[in-house]
Amino acid sequence: MEWDWNFVWEIMPTLIQGVKITILATLLGSVLAAIVGLGIALARRSPNRALSRTVGFLAEFIRGTPLLVQLYFIFYVLPDIGILLPPLVAGVIGLGLHYGTYTAEVYRAGIENVPRGQWEAAKACNLNARQTWTHIIIPQAIPPMIPALANYFIAMFKETPLLSAITVLELMNQAKSVANTYYRYIEPITLVGAFFLAISLCSVVLLRRLERRYGKIER
Amino acid sequence: MTQWSGYFGLILQGALVTIELTLMGSVLALFMAFLAGMGRLSRFFVLRALATVYIEFFRGTSIFVQLFFAYFVLPFAGISLTPLQAGVLALGLNVGAYAAEVVRGAIQSIGREQYEACTALNLGRLQGMRHVILPQALLVMLPTFGNNAIELLKATAVVSLISLTDLTFQAQVVRAQTGNTMVPFTTILIIYFILALLISWGVRSLERRMARGLDGVRV
Repeated sequence: MEWDWNFVWEIMPTLIQGVKITILATLLGSVLAAIVGLGIALARRSPNRALSRTVGFLAEFIRGTPLLVQLYFIFYVLPDIGILLPPLVAGVIGLGLHYGTYTAEVYRAGIENVPRGQWEAAKACNLNARQTWTHIIIPQAIPPMIPALANYFIAMFKETPLLSAITVLELMNQAKSVANTYYRYIEPITLVGAFFLAISLCSVVLLRRLERRYGKIER
Repeated sequence: MTQWSGYFGLILQGALVTIELTLMGSVLALFMAFLAGMGRLSRFFVLRALATVYIEFFRGTSIFVQLFFAYFVLPFAGISLTPLQAGVLALGLNVGAYAAEVVRGAIQSIGREQYEACTALNLGRLQGMRHVILPQALLVMLPTFGNNAIELLKATAVVSLISLTDLTFQAQVVRAQTGNTMVPFTTILIIYFILALLISWGVRSLERRMARGLDGVRV
């Protein structure tokens, strides 16, 4: 089979539609992952042993099992207990929870990277816990986290094709349906690869910039 | 009453396929990791360029797209692969690209003085690599390799989408035949988690064994 440029132009609008959903899912998933990760990191630091252990185990469990199976679980099993989610919402929740367990590690490393002396200094200045966090710890912990977080968001972007398995009409799904309609696989799937390569190369350039600006986190 | 024992046998068969894929994919990934990781450190520009293109390409595109490309597009180029071959190829090449960066980082993390010692002992480049640098670098690589192997295990779930009968695929079969979603998906989540625990336990004990006799050498 030959590469057909006319066909490429014909299917382009459909694929662009898919790219939009892919990017939307990545953005929403990233926001959720950032929040979930913070929650996990804080819960693991909690003096309440039961809470920190439980959250720790759940995070390990989510990180040790495939995202695809988790998506199936959210999309197919939860309706059994009365929680019916639209595909995109289920997908975003899956991405957010899965990557939240990774971003939790970033937060943990970021917080631990703030030298002990800063905590002691805050105490010496008679700051309470809230003031210590908002004025001393967080402003120093966040900047080095940014590149590491971005790294995981790029990884998440590359996992969004999994959402096609739970019927989200993102890039991969659009390409597959186009391919099945015209019985041509070369152009749609190659284009999907090209889109991913293009977007992730751009985001890698952005990541390098973030790293130069904020420094790399030591883990 | 559903015949759970028969269905459980089906899931176990799936587990065997998942394990087989993980092992074969890991071997290919390990091979590619050393090939490309060493390639990036080569004296020859062509080797460096080849390794860089391989690593950036496979890290830049989604494993999902690579799998579909291997399974649906390569046949048009005259390369027909069975689902298992396509799965091992995509998993191995993808994870190999990530692990190649680990190999490079670990070799570069070995101090200058070790290289100088090699020169002082009149060891050739290959001899120095083989007897001095790699034994120390391997220990640095191992923990990250363990994480990579778990990532590979999780990525194997994707092959169910190209009709390979792994754990996830069998769970779908059970779901279709029994109408029960909770039991099969919960079971495979637990099996995946146990497999991940096994990998991290295995890597940790391997690490302990390899660290023997290297006390005091590592900084």
